[in-house]
Amino acid sequence: MARVVVDVMLKPEILDPQGQAVVNALPRLGVVDVASVRIGKRIEIEFEGAADLERARDIADKLLANPVIEDFTLRVEERPEVEQQ
Amino acid sequence: MTARIGVVTFPGSLDDRDAARAVHLAGAAAIPLWHADAELYGVDAVILPGGFSYGDYLRAGAIARFSAVMDSIVKAAGDGLPVLGICNGFQVLCEAHLLPGALTRNQHLHFRNRDQGLRIENNATAWTVGYQPRQEIVIPVKNGEGCYMADARTLDELEAEGRVVARYIRGNPNGSLHDIAAITNAAGNVVGIMPHPEHAVEVLTGPSIDGLGIFTSVLAHLGARV
Repeated sequence: MARVVVDVMLKPEILDPQGQAVVNALPRLGVVDVASVRIGKRIEIEFEGAADLERARDIADKLLANPVIEDFTLRVEERPEVEQQ
Repeated sequence: MTARIGVVTFPGSLDDRDAARAVHLAGAAAIPLWHADAELYGVDAVILPGGFSYGDYLRAGAIARFSAVMDSIVKAAGDGLPVLGICNGFQVLCEAHLLPGALTRNQHLHFRNRDQGLRIENNATAWTVGYQPRQEIVIPVKNGEGCYMADARTLDELEAEGRVVARYIRGNPNGSLHDIAAITNAAGNVVGIMPHPEHAVEVLTGPSIDGLGIFTSVLAHLGARV
């Protein structure tokens, strides 16, 4: 099995109200030096065989991200034999 | 002959019954269409109703776009079939690239449910021919992801071509750019609207019957075409 990790983020110019809500909550934790928080999605695709970056790119482009408002990056994740906790 | 208006049900659609009732009150026959069935049964127009198709997983409308019925609708829309997307239906139309832009989380993050003033900005589309120019109406809005977003070029294009069909007045409920509540494609047969005309078709249950004009409009449009 091989894993491709896709990170989907709102484009920089798109307002992220969820991120803003987090920034607004930080002072309650005593944190006052954070300028900005942006929230995105991390998607892990497990291929049965070898990691297929091109197919993962196609999946991300057609389904996982909406190119009108979101950008994505992808990478093959080399996994150790032991599952991470 | 009575016009036949298809109303699609996706898993998670909520307002398909209300849309069908609005079609009936307007004087047409409502034909149920099923997401997994590519057949459109010769309908004269199609409505994608509100709700949470496929649980809004990933993004609202993102998965509904790949349903069997949407393939047929995208093709038929290209041939001029009138298509109306209400709320989640509007999100599906954007995800399917039948309309430009995207609908994102309400800027204030709250689900907004209230009676909403709108101004009809384009009464030449298949779904708005029955309204007066710049007519003001009140219909319910109820959404969590109704904030219309598009890049500056797309917005300029929509404005220049008169493709903003309705705008919020007396307060923008979700932060939509340019107060956009409804838009159309270049041909005027595909319209997406975030508020709910199908909830304003009867005095007993709606704030007005202003929404009925959407459904009678498409009948007038179909009648004029025949």
